[in-house]
Amino acid sequence: MDTLILGLPVAYYIAMVAKVLVAFVFVLLTVAYATYAERKIIGHMQVRLGPMRTGWHGLLQPIADGVKLFFKEEIIPSQASKFAFLIAPLVALIPAFISFAVIPFGDTVTIGGYTVPLQIAAYYDQAGKQVFDVNVGVLYILAMASLGVYGIVLAGWASNSKYSLLGGLRSAAQMISYELAAGLAIISVFMLSESLSLHKIVADQAGGAWYAFKQPLAFVIFFICSLAEINRTPFDLPEAETELVSGFCTEYSSMKYAMFFMAEYANMITVCAVTTTLFLGGWHGPAFLPGWFWFIAKVYFLIFVCMWVRATYPRYRYDQLMRLGWKVFLPLTLVNVMATGLWVMFISK
Amino acid sequence: MESIFFLVVAAVAVISSILVVTCKNPINSALSLVMTFFCLATFYVMLDAPFMAATQVIVYAGAIMVLIIFVIMLLNVRVETVKRGTHAVIAGSAIGLFVLFQTIWFLMKGSMTGKVGEMTKEQIVSVGHVELIGKALFTDFLLPFEVTSVLLLAAIVGAVILAKKKI
Repeated sequence: MDTLILGLPVAYYIAMVAKVLVAFVFVLLTVAYATYAERKIIGHMQVRLGPMRTGWHGLLQPIADGVKLFFKEEIIPSQASKFAFLIAPLVALIPAFISFAVIPFGDTVTIGGYTVPLQIAAYYDQAGKQVFDVNVGVLYILAMASLGVYGIVLAGWASNSKYSLLGGLRSAAQMISYELAAGLAIISVFMLSESLSLHKIVADQAGGAWYAFKQPLAFVIFFICSLAEINRTPFDLPEAETELVSGFCTEYSSMKYAMFFMAEYANMITVCAVTTTLFLGGWHGPAFLPGWFWFIAKVYFLIFVCMWVRATYPRYRYDQLMRLGWKVFLPLTLVNVMATGLWVMFISK
Repeated sequence: MESIFFLVVAAVAVISSILVVTCKNPINSALSLVMTFFCLATFYVMLDAPFMAATQVIVYAGAIMVLIIFVIMLLNVRVETVKRGTHAVIAGSAIGLFVLFQTIWFLMKGSMTGKVGEMTKEQIVSVGHVELIGKALFTDFLLPFEVTSVLLLAAIVGAVILAKKKI
């Protein structure tokens, strides 16, 4: 028999680490190629070609961009608060990535004789029967999303520049306003699933009973609020280039700028993955292809929708943004929660 | 294993809470406070209370501290504009020493194990932490819960009235 660590064989840990590494590298690659896809898709939507020169149809463009940013000069403004200025890109990037820990991206796989659930923060009990996962997964994602705002606020404050400060303030106000409506939209989902565990929420949607059909209003509001929370167009006021140069990251250069860029795309992928998990049935799909394939397909479709929205809509004005969040979405989600409560109380039971 | 982890997190918590009061820059103090809240959330996870941990991060680290940082940024309090009075230092140290003495006194006098309540670890794992809190809030503690919500509503209405010149 193998040596045991905490009552489990070493091979089991190797299988778990392999799972984490594969998932993480895949997310990183998706982040890199999401930038390429965005330029290509928007290019074609505007009847342009997009990047064409590096590699076949510009396929090596993300790598070229990465190398370029890596070798650029690091500039720290002399009046900046050094500590906050250095730490801000990290604070933006890390929450974006660790939200993936609780998202179930597939059914189980067998590695080296051990059944491993395709969700980073989950494991099977010794008998291989029951999955243990973070039983407050939804709240974990909300918590990480609420930490992401620090990166942008700090960057805006530490740069000691008016444009950056305005960008940071806008982003803080925007994220706090839209978090509320997004949270209330999620509440109506777990009123139906009666659980906060993402594993259970996905299991509830097996066989096409997606929450997007049962909760269409919550689905639409959650997706729009998420776009606002991650500062995507049409809600990209924090970095509105026509008025704020580049918003909170005006003073950043080189790899630190690249980290904000990565955080933005990682956030977009996280939001699409969370929407897929909560509303589009997670990894469930027709059985002729494995679960992780359906998960990736749904997430990529949502990423495409984000880019489509960017190519279609003009930017919101600041007062319109606040009115939409507080006077339209918040009351609508409250009514939705009430209606779901009544439905659960009197009709479904 | 668990105790090593606890010691590491506890050390970070203590260091960051010392930084909260010693940092010259108010933003750095606020950030250290966020770090302290994060360590507290980790302790909640270790005590089988994941819901408490999540709400700790969402409410304190995510909402309240963002607002505090917002205020510091808008007031633009740069490095230490407030003078530190010696009286405040003396009074603070006296209170701190008194609380330390009291803690040690009660630790020496009382039993270390404490009273065992009705919620055991097995019960929390089997029923679910969120379910237990929800049930307690809406049955045993319904009145305090409702009173708190009315209080918060009054605070919101008050804030709106204070902020608006004309209603």
